[in-house]
Amino acid sequence: MPATFKSLLQWLAYTGLVVLAGGAMLLGKADALLVERLRLQVNDAVVPILSVLSKPVDAMAGGIESAQHLLRVAEENARLREERDRLLRWQVAAQRLEAENAALRQLLNFVPGPEATFRSARVVADPTGAFAHSLLVNAGSRNGIDKGHIVVTSDGLVGRIVGVSQRAARVLLITDLNSRVPVFVGAGRVRAVLAGDNGDRPKLIHVVQQGKISTGDVVVSSGVAGGFPSGLPVGVVADVGDGGITVQPLVDRTRLEYVRVADYGITSLLNDPPTVSRGGRAPLPDGEQDRVRADAR
Amino acid sequence: MKPTLWRRLDTLARQLVPSVSIFLLMLIGVVPLHIPALHAVAPALPLIAVFYWTLYRPDLLPAVAVFAAGLLQDILFGLPLGVSACMLVLVHAAVTTQHRFFLGKSFGIIWLGFSLVAAGALTLAWLATSAYNATLIPADAIAFQALTTIGFYPILCWLLLRCQATLLRQV
Repeated sequence: MPATFKSLLQWLAYTGLVVLAGGAMLLGKADALLVERLRLQVNDAVVPILSVLSKPVDAMAGGIESAQHLLRVAEENARLREERDRLLRWQVAAQRLEAENAALRQLLNFVPGPEATFRSARVVADPTGAFAHSLLVNAGSRNGIDKGHIVVTSDGLVGRIVGVSQRAARVLLITDLNSRVPVFVGAGRVRAVLAGDNGDRPKLIHVVQQGKISTGDVVVSSGVAGGFPSGLPVGVVADVGDGGITVQPLVDRTRLEYVRVADYGITSLLNDPPTVSRGGRAPLPDGEQDRVRADAR
Repeated sequence: MKPTLWRRLDTLARQLVPSVSIFLLMLIGVVPLHIPALHAVAPALPLIAVFYWTLYRPDLLPAVAVFAAGLLQDILFGLPLGVSACMLVLVHAAVTTQHRFFLGKSFGIIWLGFSLVAAGALTLAWLATSAYNATLIPADAIAFQALTTIGFYPILCWLLLRCQATLLRQV
């Protein structure tokens, strides 16, 4: 019976492939490093193609944007004037605070934190869909980028480098399910952890004083536990409700074209064990993980 | 008469059209398009292409090729390795087993069939990714993605049909 034999073979083939796919998932869980290395090898091969492809798209998007700006040039001008006046007032305030800060630091013999070095990179892949929140940039280990470096734009924090190959690096966005950023909220500097959930607005968890947070409060990284430097602007509290406190990130992911990759000299903390393995089991925030590791030492 | 080398190369290139089209659609899903409204709910274009080619040219798209495409998608999109591979292979299996049902049916019926397959596939991917991360991923964006994928089917179907009619007429 060749027909039944053929369909039996077909079923066997399908079952085999599905089992193989399941095996790949298990392997990703069991040996995250191996799978990450495979991923990076493939990314390395595809990044040149994506680099070429994304250029005309970026140019097109830029063209559309400048056309839109031309249409609203008067309106935009008025807005900018207003903003400039406001910023000038801030500049005066900032200069005064800067002077005061310097004087106080001198008074206290304050030891400043390490200076960051920056490298620019272009975003070449921004996968659509709600399953994953990561980016690929077209700079890798040969450009001096390493795991644990912080990715920022002029708006604020974008995420963190979780994997590097020769010419590409993967950025885990702060909205990803696996992202945890220790933060301060508002003027009261309430300690919390910003946890992504693959939605547009990450949530605040482990909030120390819940009642002190209100809508519109600014969220900045706290630098607690050393995964991120302190003082990077992250977002604004968007909603305080029964469903938790959500934060609107300052960086609009869909408009990202160039990012800056900052080395704050905190990679060594992250590099020993595979801390940020994709889908790593530990639901502990980064801060907790680092604390646990510090305790272990 | 034995076909010349060029002739054979040409045929081979044409036979690769389904696989290449899936790869290109995958790249479209990854290149930053700067369209904020579409981002989280962008249609799963490779899913549509796998459905289309399995239905109309199953001889040119073996299950192994679909599996490989799925693995590549997992790597490019940063998904857990194996999720898309499993999803696309099951789509291939669903279409192959129901091939006789789809044969000669009107476009509306096939579209309905695609809707069921796509909804099932994305639900499965959602479950698998949630299980992998041991937390529930918000389902609303994925439900919207299923809707945009179903809505995009006729457009992409037309494009692939043009592609099939011009490139694969004699293959």
